[in-house]
Amino acid sequence: MKLADTLSLSLHSLVSARTRSLLIVLAMALGVGAVVVLTALGDGARRYVVGQFASLGTNLVIVLPGRAETTGGFPGAALGQTPRDLTLDDAQAVGQLPDVRRYAPLNVGAAELSSGGRLREVTVLGSNAELLPIRHMELAQGRFIGGAAQIVLGNAIAQDFFPDGRAIGQRVRLGDRRFRVAGVLTTQGESMGFNTDEIVIIPVDDAQALFNTETLFRILVEARSRSAIEPVKAAITHLLKQRHDGEEDVTVITQDAVLETFDRILRALTLGVAGIAAISLAVAGILVMNVMLVAVTQRTAEIGLLKAIGAPAATIRQLFLAEALWLSLAGAALGFMLGHAGSWLIRLAYPVLPAWPPAWAGIAGVATALLTGIVASLLPAARAARLDPVRALSGK
Amino acid sequence: MTAAAMIRLDAITRVFHMGDQEVRALDRISLDIAAGEYVSIMGPSGSGKSTLLNLIGLLDHPDGGHYTLNGIDVTTLSEPEQARVRRTRIGFVFQSFHLVPRLTAAGNIELPLMLEGMAAAERRERVEAALKAFDLTDRAHHRPAELSGGQRQRVAIARATILHPAVMLADEPTGNLDHRTGGEVVALLEDLHQRGTTLIVVTHDRELGARARRHIGMRDGAIVADET
Repeated sequence: MKLADTLSLSLHSLVSARTRSLLIVLAMALGVGAVVVLTALGDGARRYVVGQFASLGTNLVIVLPGRAETTGGFPGAALGQTPRDLTLDDAQAVGQLPDVRRYAPLNVGAAELSSGGRLREVTVLGSNAELLPIRHMELAQGRFIGGAAQIVLGNAIAQDFFPDGRAIGQRVRLGDRRFRVAGVLTTQGESMGFNTDEIVIIPVDDAQALFNTETLFRILVEARSRSAIEPVKAAITHLLKQRHDGEEDVTVITQDAVLETFDRILRALTLGVAGIAAISLAVAGILVMNVMLVAVTQRTAEIGLLKAIGAPAATIRQLFLAEALWLSLAGAALGFMLGHAGSWLIRLAYPVLPAWPPAWAGIAGVATALLTGIVASLLPAARAARLDPVRALSGK
Repeated sequence: MTAAAMIRLDAITRVFHMGDQEVRALDRISLDIAAGEYVSIMGPSGSGKSTLLNLIGLLDHPDGGHYTLNGIDVTTLSEPEQARVRRTRIGFVFQSFHLVPRLTAAGNIELPLMLEGMAAAERRERVEAALKAFDLTDRAHHRPAELSGGQRQRVAIARATILHPAVMLADEPTGNLDHRTGGEVVALLEDLHQRGTTLIVVTHDRELGARARRHIGMRDGAIVADET
């Protein structure tokens, strides 16, 4: 028998048993759809977290004072002094290293911001103009800090102090010092525990004067490329060790290391979730087997007839396998579409979650459906092929 | 026994087990049927006549003895080879027609051609010719449920003859038909015999049995009469 005839004959018998076929296709489709939707969710979560990290900056290397072995924050906070402070000179030296695209020293403190009778405590970042590109911040109005006594306001703070939206050029007081508003940041919201809407940014010199300190909280360094991250990290460690009289008293961390860990964890999670969804495919497979067994029983006389008019056992087996193939194929295709529609709905409901099903999930879901369908029909097909034609013809 | 025998059964035995009882449906049967013969096999229920027919049609396997068809010992053939013999050399007509209910008349007639792996265009031609020959052209696209008994049996005969088998086996072909339609079906089968097909009919309808040139009587798994 020709393959095309086997396929069309089996399709014909499926179409004749419409309800039965549709239910099986539905069961298959739900299984495949579940795999696609759940992996879309898992992968969406992964992308979301990775995106959050990436929004901190690209190819970022962060230098902090003290050794990382000390747990519970950085030692500077506990002892009042690190063995040797990170200074602006250190930061400038780091900035001279090859493969460093840009750097931003960072000072963090709290101060009272006042203007026009309003007063509130704000988090103050002291840095240079490079902070904007390094941290991927964007300005809603005005420009970034470019000279002394300039201040950039977080979006929520600007709203609080200047509800009319005319913040640029206004004078504000921060602690005991006066600043002129240069720009306002766009709303970015929470980004890894740092709400950029609730901060103000001033030049690092002003910050050091304001907080009366020579010490830096961090140095943010952007490497020229991803591959330059490790050399830059090594070069910074080496340079600061030299500058600090041979003491290795700073910690250099790369965003990549953290990111990779999260990436790995969330990928494993996605796989786990996909595995759970695949169980529903196994259930669908058992359904296929059950329905095929019933079909063999119902069509005993027909199988006997086919044998009587000269169908070899192999042809009977192929006819039933082809039916399973059709069911699985239709179920997988429908499930694939359902899964993508479901993912689309999730993206519609939660725009922050990039719930795109990864390509492997679709392929794996469809392949699993086809495989379970075929495997589940092996037994019924073999049973049909083995039927004794004389007994089958009499309907036994 | 003549050397020209088309069908040669040699000490064929078929045993069924009913619980712990052993029933010898066929007990050392030897029989020669030449090409082009018209044979009726008659006997009471349980005499083994249907079992004999199934065996000749390769639907059943003997527990002992040898069956030679056209000089080939078919009992030793593999399953696919036996299927091929059934498909190309043997035509079956059953009492209950055995049409596939979801296929149209044309679809049922086409089945053996499909199993043979014939190209669709040639199949269509052959099926059309068969529909015409059996006066079913206007019923081509009807399902069995929409056909009368006589039409159903005509579809079954058309299906059985579509590959021009040398042997036609009919098991109570008129059993489910009224007298007149039965007569028409018998006329069709006898027409095939006229054109050279070996025709073997199992029946307990004496009138039908008497029409054959050779009458085989069976009882308790043995041949008790063989008259020409």
